[in-house]
This record gives sequence, structure tokens and C-alpha cells, in this order.
Amino acid sequence: MVRRILRSPLSVVGIVLVLIILLTALFAPLIATHSPTEVDLLSKLEAPSAEHYFGTDEVGRDIFSRIVYGTRISLRIGLLVVLISFPIGTILGAVAGYIGGRVDQVIMRITDVFLSFPGIILAMSIAAALGPSIENVMLALAATWWPWYTRIVRSSVLSIKNSEFIEASRALGANPFRILFKEVIPNAIAPATIQASLDLGFVILSAAGLSFIGLGAQPPSPEWGAMLSNSREILRDAWWAATFPGVAILLTVLGFNLLGDGLNDLLDPKQR
Amino acid sequence: MRMDALKFVGKRLLLMIPILIGISILTFAISNTIPGDPARLILGPKATPEGLEALREDMGLNDPLYVQYGRYMGGIFQGDLGQSTYSQKPVSADLIRYSPATFELTLFAMVITVLIGIPLGIISASKKDKIADQITRIFALIGVAMPAFWLGLLLLLLFYLKLGVFPGSGRLDSGMSPPTYITGMYTVDALLTGNWPVFKAAVMHLVLPGITLAAITIGMITRMTRSSMLEVLKSDYIRTAHAKGAPENRVLYGHALRNGVMPVITLLGMAFGHALGGSVLVESVFSWPGLGRYAVNAITYLDFPAVMGVTLLIAILFILVNLIVDTLYFFIDPRLKHN
Repeated sequence: MVRRILRSPLSVVGIVLVLIILLTALFAPLIATHSPTEVDLLSKLEAPSAEHYFGTDEVGRDIFSRIVYGTRISLRIGLLVVLISFPIGTILGAVAGYIGGRVDQVIMRITDVFLSFPGIILAMSIAAALGPSIENVMLALAATWWPWYTRIVRSSVLSIKNSEFIEASRALGANPFRILFKEVIPNAIAPATIQASLDLGFVILSAAGLSFIGLGAQPPSPEWGAMLSNSREILRDAWWAATFPGVAILLTVLGFNLLGDGLNDLLDPKQR
Repeated sequence: MRMDALKFVGKRLLLMIPILIGISILTFAISNTIPGDPARLILGPKATPEGLEALREDMGLNDPLYVQYGRYMGGIFQGDLGQSTYSQKPVSADLIRYSPATFELTLFAMVITVLIGIPLGIISASKKDKIADQITRIFALIGVAMPAFWLGLLLLLLFYLKLGVFPGSGRLDSGMSPPTYITGMYTVDALLTGNWPVFKAAVMHLVLPGITLAAITIGMITRMTRSSMLEVLKSDYIRTAHAKGAPENRVLYGHALRNGVMPVITLLGMAFGHALGGSVLVESVFSWPGLGRYAVNAITYLDFPAVMGVTLLIAILFILVNLIVDTLYFFIDPRLKHN
């Protein structure tokens, strides 16, 4: 299995990127060269140099160090949002697919309603209602993300619902909830898991977008979207402030996407 | 229009009703989650308890939820989306005022997307695993993973601040007055009235935000076109065409293209939704005076009715566009007519 992943160069790039991101988050205090929030007006708006790898912002904060610490914020957002929305979506999807009938109808109509908004718009209005903070952005993203898992899990449950091993448990008279949690969900969860690894990247991207319009992380937090938002004020004087945080977002999202694509090929070799 | 087509559209319209009701319940629910008391928000910290209570009664905040929902729905049907606390105008009037700018930008981005994304996907599929395919795939991957608002900043930096070839904000050069109002889309209106200087300025102003917004959807459409074309190129009838010695280009453009590109059309609705969502971010980068920037301003000023108005309008637009796309698909794909 490992060998099959390593055969695809893009998957390897994905794995390497994700590893770099994880290590950066883990060892942020060791990697950062400066404090991420310390103001140093004597060295404001300095171009990238050996002292400040990615330059400094309008109050002299070191952009490289801010990006390094920002990795922690973004990963936390990605992980928490997926950890909240994935179980909710999975259970609803499994119940809808396995029980069927009315229950299925109701659950699927609700997901349809959520999916009829462009994701970022729904998240924006929920986050705006809750008030600007990083926690509220996470809640808002989780509230918009679960229906995707519901759809995926439901369709994979439908495809295994009548297979022999499920029939067998039913014939043995196992409790339906037991069948659902011990047999149905574990056997139907793989495609949704792959989606979740792709989503880690997309959640981070969306959260950065919401922070960019002022809903998420608030200054002086070194969140990448908030840093980009702030860089607009100094665009003329400091190209570096507008450049590097975006590169960090791009590489993070790319890493999780490539990893997810690689896993996808692994599960379904026909797709290649 | 034939009967089966009417039936198809009619059925779609009926299916929309529960979704629209669901959307209204959801937006109503979101409006009701505002933490704290809207009355306190309006009156400020110095409000007296009596004043608050009076305003609450006046705003109907003491009524049961279903009564409030009924009033909300009644309002929507009369085009009443509440009063914007920032602009001091009815939200619906603001929406009408800011919509054309967003339509213009989104449509422009969709045109770029179709003109670039579909051909790239076809080239990529026909040269599978060759250099052209690899490059296209990497570009598409980056396009999907890149924050559009960041691309916007970089384009602004390069083409406006450094090179000065494109304007950086707004819809027209400063001091220029908009063309006679017909659709509200400046390029269209200028074209219809033959106002060339304004047309040129409007197009120039569209370029950077349009490319930025299209970047989100080009990657998506390119990937979809590629995989759909590959699927078709693997099918039996293409193998037959190859076997009987049809030239490569004829197989590609004569046999495969139609079936390969058709499924992509259904995705254009989805892409349009992405572009509408993305416009919130892109408009605020380019100070584009559309719905997105209106919503972001509203968020800054805690103008909640305005935020919900934009949300509702965009959700309805998204559904309508998908309906149009499905209908279009119905006419293009003969297989659907017989089912």
C-alpha cells in the first residue's frame, strides 16, 4: 500500500507538504526566529533579509515567525471543523441510508437546504450572527460542512445495505443500532474519510477567507487570512506582507488536496 | 416548447418550493441566533429597561417564534427584507442597487471560465500524461487550492501598483459618470447606448477582479472537463472510431467532444455558485461596489438585516441558475428527453 502511494509523485508531494506543516505547527517555537506578536517600530516595513526572512509588517512584527505560528491556528481550525462535522454528517447519512423511508426523506431534504447556499455565504451569515471570533468561524464552518458527509455516507450505505454480511447480522437478530455502528458505518466510511482529508485544506481556505473579511481571527492574531487582510493597508510599501501568508495557505491546501487525491486513487484504482 | 420540456421545468419548479421554504426557515433561524438583544443593540448601553421593553414589544420580539417567522415570510413575499441599519434604506432597495455590479462581475468571470477552462480540460485529456497535460493539471490544482482574494492582492500589486496597466478599484475611472441605466451592468449599458469611452473603462475595470474570480472556477471546470473527456475517450464507440481508422482530431472533436463536454454544463451551475460566494471576498479586494462588498460592509457595521438579505438573495440566485442549467441540459442531451 505504501509502495502504491509512493509511485505517484503528486501524492508524495502531498505527503511531504503535510508533514512539513505538521512539524512546523509542532515545533513552531523552535522554528520561529522572533516573537509572532512583538512590536518593533524601529524595524517596521523591512524587506526580506537574513534577519527577517519574509520581512516585517507595519509595526515591525516578523512575518516569517507569524506565518510559522499561524500554522497552529489553521491546523486547529481545519481539524476541529472536520472533527465536529464529520461525525454529525456520518451518523445522519448512515441513518438516512440504512433506515430509509420518511427518516431518509427528512434528513436529505435538510441537507438539500444547506447545500443550496454557496458554502462561504452560509458560513459568513452564521459567523456574522454569532459575532466575529475564530471559535464562531469554526462553528459556522462546521454547520455548513456536515451535509457533504451525509450525502457521501448515505450513498455508500445504500450500496452495502443489502450485502450478505449485513443480512447475516440482521438474520442473527442483532440490535439495529449495533448493526448500524458495528457493521454499516465502519464499512461505508472510507469515501467520506478521504473527503475529510481533502476538506482539511478547504476548511483552512474558507476560514482564511472569513478572517480576510474580518469575521474570524482578530488582529494581532497571526492567522493567515487576517494577515492578508491587514497587508492591504501596506500593499504599496510591502509586497512581502501580501505575498507570503498566501503562499502558506496555498501550500497547506495543496498538501491536503494531493494527499486526499492520492488516497482516492488508492481506494479506487479505476479512477486513474 | 414541447410538452415534455414544460413538464420537466414544471417538476423542477415544484421541487424548488420545499427548498425555498427550508432556506427561509434557515435564514430566519440564523437571524434569531444573534447573541444578545437586538433592541439593546439598537438603543445602545444607556437604554432604560422600560425603553428596551417597549422597543421589544414594538419590534415583535416578544411574540412566539412561529408568529415572528410568519411575519418574516410575509415580509419576504412583499419584498420587505427589513431596514439596513447602516444605509438607513430598505434592504431590498440596496440589493437592487448593488446586484447589477455583482452580476456583471460574475458573468464576466463565468465567460472567462468557459473560454479557458473547457479548452484546457480538452487539451489535457487528449494529451494525457504528456507535458501539456501535466502543466495543465498543476495549474488546475493550484487554482483550486489558491485563496482567490490573495491572487487578487497579487494582481493588484503587479498590474495596478507596479505596472499601472489596469485600474485597481471601482467600476469606472474616477469622475466618469455611469452610462444610461438599462441593465445596471455598465459594459452592457455602454454598449447598448454606444458610449465607447465608458465601455472601454468598464471593461478595463472588470479585468483584474474578473480574472481573480475566474481563477476559482477555472481550476474546477478544467479538472471536470478532463476527467469527463477521459471517461468518454475510454468508451467503446471511441475505440471503434479509432479502429476504423478515423483521424485523431476527428475522433476527438467529432466523436468525443459533445459527450465529453456535456456533463460539464451541469457543473456550470455549481461553478456559478462558487463564483457568487467568491465575489464576497473578491469585491472587497477591488472595492467593487456589488453585493459582496455590501455584505462585508454590513458585517463591519453589525448591519444584520443587510447580511441576511444578501444571503437569501444569493441562495435564491444559486437555485435559479441551477434550474436554468438543468433545463439547458435537458435540451442539449437527447437521452434525457426519452426518460
